[in-house]
Amino acid sequence: MVVDVAESTLTRHHRGPLTYVLRTFAIAYLFLLVAWPVSLVVTHTFTNGLDALHAVFGTPDLVAALKLSALAAVAATVINTVFGVSISLLLVRTHFPGQRVLGALLDLPLSVSPIVVGLALVLVYGPLNGWFGPALEARGIHVIYATLGIVLATSFVSLPLVIREVVPTLREVGTDQEQAARSLGANEWQTFWRITLPGIRWAVVYGVVLTLARSLGEFGAVKVVSGNVSGESRTAPLAVEEAYLNFNQEGAYALAFVLASVSVLCIIVVAILRRRTA
Amino acid sequence: MTTESSTSGLTRTSGIGLGVTLIWFSLLVLIPLTAVLITASEGGWANFISTVTNEQTAHAIRLTLTGAAVVTLLNVFSGTVIAWVLVRDQFPGKALLELVIDIPFALPTIVAGLVLLSLYGIDSPLGINVANTEASVYLAFLFVTLPFVVRMVQPVLEELDLDVEEAAASLGASRLTTFRRVVLPSLTPAIFAGAALSFARGVGEYGSLVLLSGNLPFESEVASVRILSAIENDNPAGAASVAAVLLVISLTVIVILDVVQRRLASGGAPTKVTVGGGGRG
Repeated sequence: MVVDVAESTLTRHHRGPLTYVLRTFAIAYLFLLVAWPVSLVVTHTFTNGLDALHAVFGTPDLVAALKLSALAAVAATVINTVFGVSISLLLVRTHFPGQRVLGALLDLPLSVSPIVVGLALVLVYGPLNGWFGPALEARGIHVIYATLGIVLATSFVSLPLVIREVVPTLREVGTDQEQAARSLGANEWQTFWRITLPGIRWAVVYGVVLTLARSLGEFGAVKVVSGNVSGESRTAPLAVEEAYLNFNQEGAYALAFVLASVSVLCIIVVAILRRRTA
Repeated sequence: MTTESSTSGLTRTSGIGLGVTLIWFSLLVLIPLTAVLITASEGGWANFISTVTNEQTAHAIRLTLTGAAVVTLLNVFSGTVIAWVLVRDQFPGKALLELVIDIPFALPTIVAGLVLLSLYGIDSPLGINVANTEASVYLAFLFVTLPFVVRMVQPVLEELDLDVEEAAASLGASRLTTFRRVVLPSLTPAIFAGAALSFARGVGEYGSLVLLSGNLPFESEVASVRILSAIENDNPAGAASVAAVLLVISLTVIVILDVVQRRLASGGAPTKVTVGGGGRG
């Protein structure tokens, strides 16, 4: 019996050979699949010092591509944040018929192929045969093969990220404080700005950063809708492909390095914030 | 303006909000996806069948589904192990592993293909070259789907009551038995949800394959590439037919996910579970 008790307290910190086998497996797996390959982009970029990066920022078309990507990512993030916070509030704080179906459908962009996203948008907003495309075109609104299409495609693929962070936090925070504020005479807006939003602010921040990271790198959906014209509708990820296929490996790696730095920076920010607020 | 409690029913503000968000969601997501299904059906059933059973297309769909299924099975194993190591093991550098797991999620897919190519391509320092082969599809899928199972399982494992495991151990159960009989049953829904997301992501993957797989017909060409070629050849009906197949798979996954997550949430598990991996998923 004594032995049993001793053993049971050990389970918590037990370090059998299995512990080391599993640890080694996890480290080796992540090193070979992610860490080593990603680190090679860094070494490839800096083989000739800063030349490759200088070349990227000295090429107007590549700078234009980076700017377009940044613009689309920021636009998609703003749209998805406003939309995401609103729909999260509606899902958690109100009841309406079809709520469950809507909640499930909101996850759809996570599992739809980016190419299908692009195709779907072309079928509806395509300038020639789209459902709404010709009518919009007649009013001078260009969607497909234009910046608006890139923004739509980017918004589509990163749509659920804010919602997936905010909904559980809203549930956790509960309604006590909101009800207290209401009973003290605060109106809906005051309650939202002073009580609800501060309560979910970290979830919103995580959602925003993840959306930004995801949006900046969108490739497939943008490839279908953008037209991919250098200097006009070619985003940075599309320019990586173009550079690589044109045997400009150094340029491809340098541009990839810029994009990878931003996305790694985003997840570091989220990791640090999560740790501080945990 | 209204005396209704903020937890139920729709006030005027929230009613307008719901209207606006629903219109936006319809314009962006629902109507375009419906257009895919309608365009696919316009040519009739026979046309649809002949498109998706075209030898090259059928091969691409088969490769995509097999690849996603095999990779998902591997993720169920490796993802659970990695989550276990992250939660139960303590060692220097663990925080770094946490970071590495999120990289595939945040990294642009075209960059993912490029980084894999630099280690497993023609100039591989390891001497392993999978570029332009069927194996490259599996490799790319493994990379992009890495976070899903880990991030679903991890929070559940964190919330798991160690007392139950200790009780099992004190009653004489071996570590393996304890894992199989006590831990695994509580992890199953989370593993399942992670697997569903991983499968869906694999089925739709495109960007990471562009540079890596070479998109060779009957070798390394996946379903998304077939859709893109059809679009580029000005064959929207053909593109929509293959897209409809993928879309039905996506919808199935979403339904499974919804059911599993509801079970997770109602099974006494903490509400955080639904976020967990999902947040990064």
